[in-house]
Amino acid sequence: MLKPERLGLLTVALILVVLLPLGNLLPPSSPLHVSNFTLNLFGKFLTYAILALGLDLLWGYAGVLSLGHGVFFGLGAYAMGMHLMLEIGSKSVYQSALPDFMVWNQVKELPLFWRPFYSAPFTLVAIVVVPALFALVFGFLAFRSRVRGVYLSIITQALALSAWLVFNRNEMNLGGTNGLADFKTVFGIPLNQPSTQRMLYVVTALTLVAAWALCRWITQSRAGKVLVAIRDSETRVLFSGYSPASYKLFVFVVSAALAGVAGALYAPQVGIITPAKMGVLPSIEMVVWVAAGGRGTLIGAVLGAIGVNWIQSWLTTSYPDVWLLFLGALFMSVVLFIPDGVVGALSRLAQRLRRRPAPRVEAPQLERATDSTA
Amino acid sequence: MKRLLVVLFVAWLAGPPASHAQSPDALKALAELAIDNADKREAAVAVIGSTKDPKWLEFLAALRDGNVYARGKGKDLAVVVGGAKSTKGDAEVIEIATAYDRKPLGAVPLASLVEIAADRRLRIAIKPFLDADETRLQLASPDPEARRGAAVKLGHQADARAAAVVEAAIARETVPNVRHALEEALAMIRLAGGDAAVRILAAQALGGLHSSDAMPALQRLAADTAATPAEREAARAAIRQIERWGLLVRTVETVFQGASLASILLLMALGLAIVFGLMGVINMAHGELMALGAYSTFVVQNVFRARWPERFDAYFVVALPVSFVVAALVGIVLERGVIRRLYGRPLETLLLTWGASLIIQQALRLYFGAANVDVSSPTWLSGGFALMTGLTLPFNRIFIIGLASVSVAAMYWLLFRTDTGLRIRAVTQNRTMSSCLGVRAGWVDATTFALGAGLAGLAGCALTQIGNVGPSLGQNYIVDSFMVVVTGGVGKLLGTILAAAGIGTLNKGIEPALGAVFAKVAILIAVILFLQRRPAGLFATRGRGAEA
Repeated sequence: MLKPERLGLLTVALILVVLLPLGNLLPPSSPLHVSNFTLNLFGKFLTYAILALGLDLLWGYAGVLSLGHGVFFGLGAYAMGMHLMLEIGSKSVYQSALPDFMVWNQVKELPLFWRPFYSAPFTLVAIVVVPALFALVFGFLAFRSRVRGVYLSIITQALALSAWLVFNRNEMNLGGTNGLADFKTVFGIPLNQPSTQRMLYVVTALTLVAAWALCRWITQSRAGKVLVAIRDSETRVLFSGYSPASYKLFVFVVSAALAGVAGALYAPQVGIITPAKMGVLPSIEMVVWVAAGGRGTLIGAVLGAIGVNWIQSWLTTSYPDVWLLFLGALFMSVVLFIPDGVVGALSRLAQRLRRRPAPRVEAPQLERATDSTA
Repeated sequence: MKRLLVVLFVAWLAGPPASHAQSPDALKALAELAIDNADKREAAVAVIGSTKDPKWLEFLAALRDGNVYARGKGKDLAVVVGGAKSTKGDAEVIEIATAYDRKPLGAVPLASLVEIAADRRLRIAIKPFLDADETRLQLASPDPEARRGAAVKLGHQADARAAAVVEAAIARETVPNVRHALEEALAMIRLAGGDAAVRILAAQALGGLHSSDAMPALQRLAADTAATPAEREAARAAIRQIERWGLLVRTVETVFQGASLASILLLMALGLAIVFGLMGVINMAHGELMALGAYSTFVVQNVFRARWPERFDAYFVVALPVSFVVAALVGIVLERGVIRRLYGRPLETLLLTWGASLIIQQALRLYFGAANVDVSSPTWLSGGFALMTGLTLPFNRIFIIGLASVSVAAMYWLLFRTDTGLRIRAVTQNRTMSSCLGVRAGWVDATTFALGAGLAGLAGCALTQIGNVGPSLGQNYIVDSFMVVVTGGVGKLLGTILAAAGIGTLNKGIEPALGAVFAKVAILIAVILFLQRRPAGLFATRGRGAEA
């Protein structure tokens, strides 16, 4: 039997994975035609959705609010971008084997840490391992010393600021403020063709489904139960003989890896990656996607990422002044009025309509009870 | 020719000013100017310039600017200074006047005059007379800063001919700072000219004066193989002396800059820490409350400029309380309006205040424009206090250190010596119990939040004196002040003070070695490592409350 939730999930998946690329194949005269631009835009949104899934796993389930996920996204995107830059080879403006910005900055020789990115398999591994490793070290230090709550949020925000500052420096040999851009091919396939974009879109959509399945599997497992328990009362979990730090570290690393994969899919589709994508503001915007969609629901994170960004791309082109006001108002109203997000609000509404006072299973209990009483 | 010029020049500098009459020599030279011969013209300029007569110098300035004409021929020839030009009928006419005392001679057609063109060579000949006159005027200026500037200029020119003038100025000078500059100039002049003995003395003097300006000249002398060993040794000794002094100056400067940064951080973090201590809430809009304070200062400044321009300097005294009140009011609105609904949910309050910060920031941008606005310092905050040679401490930085100290003292007094403070501390320690005992926790929350917000406004007002004022002002400082709060720990002001001092000094200490960006990264790493030892900051709350 198909429950309504399952049905909703299947519909979303069907639209995103099958219908959109099929619509792109239709002739432009057809009313159901999806333009290349729209498909590309959605490809970008889906990469955000992958990241939002990881963030939801971390915040919605384990109760760890990271304000620095832009860094992991950026690391994945830069890893991919470096490979794409090297793929250009001497077809660049300066016809040098080095990326253009290095010629600009008068770098004579390819820096050592760029070399391995000639290899496609290495790059594919790196987009997962580099952010994950970074998260492992950072998370180990943070969780081991029981940095939690707002402390952890502040530290991750400082991480985002530092990463942004560092990646902006030219001497890092990562393109400075302009980042990496002008990619020509991805694994040998020219990027400027609609078919490549379509293929990238399908890969992204499938990755999203896989990421969702992974997160779903984690949250349904016993470990997922422990995560929720940590969110609701970390001290009690600790006293029950579990090690909250290890669980949180595990989720932090998984979530960083997902962010890295998202970044790697983002770079070829958007065609540019700059430090501006990993700063403080983009990092906290990611949190609002999850909050608006509904944390602790996974599907809410996906819908939130797509929805908020859809609104953003509409507002920033039509009413650029309004976007930040809207984003601020969204932050405030979501937190004040629908703390469990759109999906949570909808499922409550559905339950009320069915007049069945079922307990909320997935919706998060918002903070640890111990927090309120000092 | 050059020799003649020099002789005349020295005579000019040393001798008393010529009587204010038309000297016959100058008048003869004036006639020679009209002759189209470059050498004679140059000689004529030298003669005229060496009269040192302000009126003749004014004439030379007119000559340099191309306003001097020859009129008539042979015996009737006269050199005149042209004035305003106009058109009468279809001919251009020009007002003319005599060369020396500018007696008006009426308007004549421009065509009847021959311009005495000042070519490059002539202008070069004129320049030293006018320059020397200017520097001489500056040396006699009532403004000590102008006198000092003239001294530094003479020192850099190191022109032996100016030595006598500088000596005379030293004898007159009473301001120590200017006197020091004059002595430095004299020593530099002697180092450049003079024989071996004079040079050695000059080098020793420069060493004693800690003159960093003289370093290049001393280094040249130390490397000069033509100089005597004694001279070179003296130069090397002076260089060593100056370098040691430079190290001392840099150390003091770093300490001062560290103290200055620390007090800025402290001003910002103080309000943040009080709110954090009470509610466990990091107020993400704190930076925007600072921006509000800065913009209030801007508005107060504009009001003063429009209404009371003669009392402009007083604007800052008014701006301080105004920015406190504006930010505090916005803080109360925020707290009573939204934050109060979310007590006990720190992470959500964090997101909420971030949303508020975006709205305030964008509102400021829409109202005041995205560009930085200009806040000018009152005169009593510009300039600085000359602590020692080569180190001037800017008044605005000293003011901020003072403001931070006063704010901290006021906070201590408020928290530990008043009833309000007692209530605030009680609610911080145990909200439920305080409520049971009759403390109006909601009222305390509002007061505390207003206080924290007001302190942010005050910090913003102070920041206008040292940085740019723009809509994103808060963003630039906010992460740093979070780090201070996190390092300092909850609920203890002392923790915040120590953390601000530590982070400020550490930052300025490693900045020269790593650069501003990597210094910031190093601070982050240091804070993370520090939290390994003390997860809840410097002064953690202990006991049952600690698990909150």
